[in-house]
Amino acid sequence: MTPNIADVPTSAAVPTDREMVRVEHVSKRFSLRHDRSLKELVFSALQRKKLADTFMALDDVDLTVHAGETVGLIGFNGSGKSTLLKTISGVLFPDLGRVMLRGRVAGLIEVGAGFHPDLSGRENVFLNGAILGMSREQLEERFDDIVAFSEIEEFIDTEVKYYSSGMFLRLAFSVAVHTDPDIFLVDEILSVGDEPFQKKCLERIRELQAAGRTMVVVSHELEMLQKLCTRIVVLRKGKIIFDGDPTEAVAVLRAS
Amino acid sequence: MTATAPARRNPSAAQRAEGWRAPGQDAGWLNPLKERFLLRLLVKKELRVRYRGSVLGMVWSYVKPAVQFLVFYIAMGVFLELNKGTPAYAVYLFSGIVVVNLFGEVFGNATRSITGNGALVAKIYIPSQLFPWASMMVALVHFLPQLLVLLVGALLNGWLPSPTAAVAFLLGMLILLVFTMGLGMLAAALNAAFRDVENFVDLIVMVATWLSPVLYRIDMVQKSLEGTILWWLYQLNPLTIVVQLFHVAFWRYSKPVVDELATDHPYAYTLAQPGEPYGLWWAGLLIAVAVFVIGTIVFERSKRRFAQEL
Repeated sequence: MTPNIADVPTSAAVPTDREMVRVEHVSKRFSLRHDRSLKELVFSALQRKKLADTFMALDDVDLTVHAGETVGLIGFNGSGKSTLLKTISGVLFPDLGRVMLRGRVAGLIEVGAGFHPDLSGRENVFLNGAILGMSREQLEERFDDIVAFSEIEEFIDTEVKYYSSGMFLRLAFSVAVHTDPDIFLVDEILSVGDEPFQKKCLERIRELQAAGRTMVVVSHELEMLQKLCTRIVVLRKGKIIFDGDPTEAVAVLRAS
Repeated sequence: MTATAPARRNPSAAQRAEGWRAPGQDAGWLNPLKERFLLRLLVKKELRVRYRGSVLGMVWSYVKPAVQFLVFYIAMGVFLELNKGTPAYAVYLFSGIVVVNLFGEVFGNATRSITGNGALVAKIYIPSQLFPWASMMVALVHFLPQLLVLLVGALLNGWLPSPTAAVAFLLGMLILLVFTMGLGMLAAALNAAFRDVENFVDLIVMVATWLSPVLYRIDMVQKSLEGTILWWLYQLNPLTIVVQLFHVAFWRYSKPVVDELATDHPYAYTLAQPGEPYGLWWAGLLIAVAVFVIGTIVFERSKRRFAQEL
């Protein structure tokens, strides 16, 4: 669901000069490998068939993010936004170049990726919190806040498979925003739940900005990003084609 | 395309002093020790998921080995008359079965641990070493009831705990776990690239029961293979070494075996194991450590590709 643009708060981010993320000449090539079994591998070797087509998901990308900035990544499908985010989070490794970070990172690459349907909400909060890097003490301390934020107190001991998709996303988002890292990597998760909850999420994002957190956000909601970000990077076919003012960035993408 | 050397990819000492680090840089094979809290949650999840919607739950980890034991006991012990030459054959058999079962479960689970957690591996950064370790700990949870049954069975058959038994048991567990985790990590890394590996692993597990002295006695192998290289290979199989150690721990010094050895029965001497009491434990430990090191290196090298291979 697209958030109501009127609800999107204006950015509260306060950019500083301290570098938090450095992406240096990063390239990533993906092979579209269809061959999953040894048999197919042997056959294609015998027939001298080309094994895999490759494409550049990221092509010599340079990016520096400073503390307190909220940087948006925009681009059409397949432009390498998510790949870049995953490379920063450490899920993917660059083929060329390198990425360096300062401070703790939480990648909200996909809300609820660490959730298991057969576990209760409570167990999932602990499992997912730990996966996102929280310690046992932090989790025990913040557990009540997490549940309160998600507004599903009465279902917290129910197995997650019985949740509605909205409840599920609320709990997952709630865990994610309570991890309190220095750098937030956010991929297309701001369109979570119903309108009141969305408002709450955006409010929370604003709080994090005001608290000086660094954010890298991927989304297709251009208007929302325009209001939320201090800077927007436009990607096309794995290359950065624009990096700067949010309004201009959106214009660049729309023009291309 | 040439990849940047990993050394160049990591921040320099000066940069590290400023707080820089590379994403996904972790403690490598020490991760399971550093991330104990997460590891425990993963084990809990695994156990929970394994028995979802099952009425008997953990009871299944008693039922399966019990049936297996009965089948082998009837087929090998009664029909093939192995229990005639072997006093307390039931204990002999079961102490081997628990070893092979633990081997099979650790190896099989670890092999599937990366592909099975694909959703996580591909989306969120977690030290991937935790997955094979979690599957090993799940296997240990299932091993415990079997061990209890074995202890009771051994006690009923005139076995008494002794320092020798304790040492043999601990040595056996150490060799078995180090060896199997090495194999498991190797197979898990390869399985992420080629799913054929898990079928191959199933095959190895199936064969393992028959290529170590679980059902029969090792002197029978000696009789037919002695003097050939195969006999040495058989003896150097870490599983053979572990099964023998378990026999020493739970069977060899029990009353029926000791009594039989004292008789002048023509074949009684074959009950004594070669190199008593601990046999080739040092060779087993050496091989296990070597396999563990290889498995860890292969796993560490390939873990960077897991996310894109799944």
